[in-house]
Amino acid sequence: MNRVDGYGRIDRSRTLRFTFDGTVYTGHPGDTLASALLAHGVRVVGSSIKLGRPRGITAAWNDDATGLVQIEEPFPEPMLLASTVELTDGLVAGGVNGQGRLATVADTARYDRRHTHCDTLVVGAGPAGLLAARTAARRGERVVLVDDRREAGGSLAPTDRIDGRAAHRFVADVVAELAGYTDVLHLQRTTAFGHYDDGFVLALQRRTDHLGSDAPGHLSRQRVHRIRARRTVVAAGAHERPVAFADNDRPGIMLASAGREYLLRYGVLVGREVAVFTTDDAAYAAAADLAGAGARVTLFDARTTTPAHWTRACTDTGVTVRAGTVVTGTEAGPDGAVTAVRTGPAPGGDPAGGTTTPCDTLLVSGGWTPAAHLFSHIRGTLVFDDALGAFRPGGAVAGTEVIGAANGTLDLAGCLAEGAGAQAPSVAPEPERVPTLVTWWTPGDPARQFVDLARDATVADITRALDAGMRSVEHVKRYTTIGTAHDQGRTSGMIAAGITAELLGRSAGDLGTTTFRPPYVPVAFGALAGRERGDLFDPVRTTAVHPWHVAHGAVFEDVGQWKRPRYFPRPGEDMDTAVLRECAAARRDVAIMDGSTLGKIDVQGPDAGEFLDRVYTNMMSSLRVGRVRYGVMCGNDGMVGDDGTVLRLAEDHYLLTTTTGGAATVLGHLEDWLQTEWPHLRVHLTSVTEHWAVFPVVGPRSRELLRQVFPDLDASNDAFGFMSWQDTALDGVPVRLARISFSGELAYEVNVDSRYGLALWERLVAAGAHLGITPYGTETMHVLRAEKGFPIIGQDTDGTVTPHDLGMSWVVSAKKDDFVGKRSFARPENNDPQRKHLVGLLPTDAATRLPEGAQIVEFAADGTLPPPPVPMLGHITSSYLSAELDRPFALALVKGGRARIGEVVHVPHEGSLVAAEITGHVLVDPEGARRDG
Amino acid sequence: MQLIDCPWCGPREELEFHYGGQAHVSYPPDPQALTDEQWGHFVFFRDNPKGPFPERWVHGAGCRRWFNAVRDTRTHEFLAVYPIGAARPGVPGGDA
Amino acid sequence: MTAETRPLRPAHPLESWEPAFAALTREVAAQGGDLVLEPAPQARATDLRLDPAGPARPAVAAALGAGLPTHPNTWTATDDGEIVWLGPDEWLVTSRYARPDAAEPALRPLVAGHGGAAVDVTGQRVALRLRGRLARELLALGCALDLHPSAFPGGHCAQTLLGQAGVLLLALGDGDDYLIHVRSSFAGYLAEWLLDAATEFRGAAPAAGT
Repeated sequence: MNRVDGYGRIDRSRTLRFTFDGTVYTGHPGDTLASALLAHGVRVVGSSIKLGRPRGITAAWNDDATGLVQIEEPFPEPMLLASTVELTDGLVAGGVNGQGRLATVADTARYDRRHTHCDTLVVGAGPAGLLAARTAARRGERVVLVDDRREAGGSLAPTDRIDGRAAHRFVADVVAELAGYTDVLHLQRTTAFGHYDDGFVLALQRRTDHLGSDAPGHLSRQRVHRIRARRTVVAAGAHERPVAFADNDRPGIMLASAGREYLLRYGVLVGREVAVFTTDDAAYAAAADLAGAGARVTLFDARTTTPAHWTRACTDTGVTVRAGTVVTGTEAGPDGAVTAVRTGPAPGGDPAGGTTTPCDTLLVSGGWTPAAHLFSHIRGTLVFDDALGAFRPGGAVAGTEVIGAANGTLDLAGCLAEGAGAQAPSVAPEPERVPTLVTWWTPGDPARQFVDLARDATVADITRALDAGMRSVEHVKRYTTIGTAHDQGRTSGMIAAGITAELLGRSAGDLGTTTFRPPYVPVAFGALAGRERGDLFDPVRTTAVHPWHVAHGAVFEDVGQWKRPRYFPRPGEDMDTAVLRECAAARRDVAIMDGSTLGKIDVQGPDAGEFLDRVYTNMMSSLRVGRVRYGVMCGNDGMVGDDGTVLRLAEDHYLLTTTTGGAATVLGHLEDWLQTEWPHLRVHLTSVTEHWAVFPVVGPRSRELLRQVFPDLDASNDAFGFMSWQDTALDGVPVRLARISFSGELAYEVNVDSRYGLALWERLVAAGAHLGITPYGTETMHVLRAEKGFPIIGQDTDGTVTPHDLGMSWVVSAKKDDFVGKRSFARPENNDPQRKHLVGLLPTDAATRLPEGAQIVEFAADGTLPPPPVPMLGHITSSYLSAELDRPFALALVKGGRARIGEVVHVPHEGSLVAAEITGHVLVDPEGARRDG
Repeated sequence: MQLIDCPWCGPREELEFHYGGQAHVSYPPDPQALTDEQWGHFVFFRDNPKGPFPERWVHGAGCRRWFNAVRDTRTHEFLAVYPIGAARPGVPGGDA
Repeated sequence: MTAETRPLRPAHPLESWEPAFAALTREVAAQGGDLVLEPAPQARATDLRLDPAGPARPAVAAALGAGLPTHPNTWTATDDGEIVWLGPDEWLVTSRYARPDAAEPALRPLVAGHGGAAVDVTGQRVALRLRGRLARELLALGCALDLHPSAFPGGHCAQTLLGQAGVLLLALGDGDDYLIHVRSSFAGYLAEWLLDAATEFRGAAPAAGT
């Protein structure tokens, strides 16, 4: 057991049990999985992805490159870092060997997002960030302070003192002060992972992960805070940098700050025989602290001059300090963990310094790299700082400040001053520093010097990249994959850039660094999806009659976001049977559908007719009040965009319908023309899609039904002719009826304020019972219209089809000087006889239903496919069984189709070629004899 | 998530808006008088500069009003918003 | 009475949600929370278009008994409803008692001669009332606007997104009382979205720091 009494901020009064790789261990609240494993001497946690080398824990937080674990309980998750997993009772985990494994069951936890606005966002609750938040709060600002650790305080040690008291007491005082402000939101366990334009920061809050299986189900497990800040203060600290040397990936080798943190935060002494390799002062504190806790420590400093104060502090606790010495390699025991370090002379050091020193742990420090990711995300310029041996924020980015270690300020007094200015508390002066000796790597076998441990990428890999001609760090990154694993180069990025620069004989500052991109830490897809999953994945739009459809067993289909009944099966019916029955009812008796999803636009104003003339291909200003006209809209390119009917309600008042899917687009298109090209036209457009419920009542007996339900109505053909509308009322509720047919049958559309929609629908269905009224869905609607050759925009068209291609030249006005699309009809491309035309297609076996989307091909004389490339004639756009024709039929877009009527073409289908005859596209009642009943 | 400054509603998240392409491309007064090439150019060709670019936007989820904006295509930064029909404003760094 | 003869009555798209809304209020109250979600009474609604600088405005104001708000994203109260700014020449006029003088047939003649328009949109939207101390927190889970009372006090409104639904959001009070208009077809989605979002408040409040 490696716990040391008197150390750590864990709750030793309580014990947690957990399982790792099948063995049960114990830990304490406040532990991470990594600290608890290290407490038990577990050093090998998995093996590497490419080479299968044993790997352990290299850091105490998210800068760990190797300590990946697979969580099994409370919920399976792959590839989390043991050093960031808070220990919970009952946790079951194992080491990752190679890759993790995704859960095979759905995640039942909740995830959500929250929008937060503030004047000042502070990222990081170390000494600099805490004081920056306090300063802003004292100014009366709305403040958000986020920090990714369990508690505030950053890397302050118990021995640090601020304002004359223990640093942690000072931290507690600031946290308490912040809690007293109404408009300060202070979130721990919250990682700001992306910084975007206009002060937008995404932060992931782990709300219940630390509660393990006790997490309450009503709370989201993780929450993405979408923070909009006027000013963002990045106080995210710095990452300690390793140094590459041969076999630097062995378990037992970790960052010096991590070794110290395991002792001070978790009470875990990571080794008894500890070697420390440093090029910087900070590792001396680790060496002294570990020695003070009972370890035998030897410190190798690459520098020939060591810091006087820290050297004394070390030797006082029994640390052996060897200056001018670098680690050049390690040795391992049977489990692969480190057993000794090989050292050699540093440049200018003692040439006889080469030796081997036994150890069970090696702590490494190559200096500090500012965690300036959130500054870099928004294109903040990083400049190389020779003294740091790292990139730090350079140029200014409006609205963003970087302070503390993230800004390259490594002394406590400096951090406090950057956070609080003149209000900064006092601290004791720091001992004099000896400059960092910037060291990326030491002499040794480059194939064993790991730069990115997570990717098994070595110095030799960088050399290979350079030999292949790569010269930019971005290219080297992609060639070697360095910096592309879970830690995104947090520890490897800087040394990779440094080694690359050195190999190229350039300065690191000159070569530059790769761009940091969000996310700063891995974020679960579940958290990004939030609550937008399952029923809330996409809005479901329903009509007023929806409850009736559900109650009557409708099978729904999604049309855009709408749920539309596709058909209403009776017991035992499949779709084909139900649709044949519904079609027969519409052609022989009476049938009703819910057409409320049609887009509807109210058009008012003295120039309404003029406006519609410009946007429809046909004339609308000549439409008489009381009449209805079908219309087609095209884009400037002359391609059909939408279609629908136009009712003229008054001289200056029209009502348009659009396709269900096109409603928003058409309104946007019309507003575009009106607002940007023709603002002088006195016209106003208003969406009334949901105001009106619309029910097509279709079939030879529809007139009978309407007469019965609306006694005030004169429904005779003379009084209420095809393509006209009338207002009536039922129980005092206004109802608008329009004689419009999308089936060729006698038909009416019944329109009512949607609040009355369900009641009127029920009234019509009840009243029509004795006529055999049959509710029908979109599938039957499609069959009925296809039998009549009416195209569905978006199904039979795809943005490359003109009205002429659809055989609808009649809908294109020759009288109007101009309308949207007109000029394009004169383009030679649009008059090519080989354009694809909408035609009918009848499989000659009268039995095969051809699949929509199937290609139509030219065939060889022997009835087989010609050799590739097989000439394509077009494709099938609609295909159904017809009750009326008693056979399957299709609509298709075929090159020069109208000139090919009567020809037989072929459609590859299920491994054979199906012959089909091209016909005109109107297959039922081409004379239009039925529409008047 | 960028903010776009609707001239009426103020700054809103970009997903409330729709893009309408290059601004100041007027519908020709008499399309029938244009050659096929001229018409094709109007319908199919737009500028694609690196730097400030005048664009049309509509606040679709808000007031439904169209407006123009100058946006820097290198940074996505909106340099100015202005009404439909108004001349393109001079912007710092603009090459208008 | 059969369906054939039952008088036509208007239905509220959210009627069937009322028990779930009431249960939410109870459950949140049981945790010491304060959150009330309910369908707002249906109101006659008219979309009104007119030039704010033109001659129609005073006549309309006189008919409605309240001025049309010209400051974007604000609304004014009438005796039984609201006049809500929708755009520089567009307002939504609501009337809970369906006052004839606030409806399309009465308003259109006042504006039509001056290039304006009036459209009955009563069935186009439904409204939800959301109030209580937790109301703003609930909206923050899906609305990107800053709803802090200093930024969105009573009298303000916005057409924006809540979840993935377009809404017209009115602040009735300073941070604890809202009216949410949503297009009728999205009402079920929004109700479900709100109830799901409020799951947060149905159980014990999170411990400090969560």
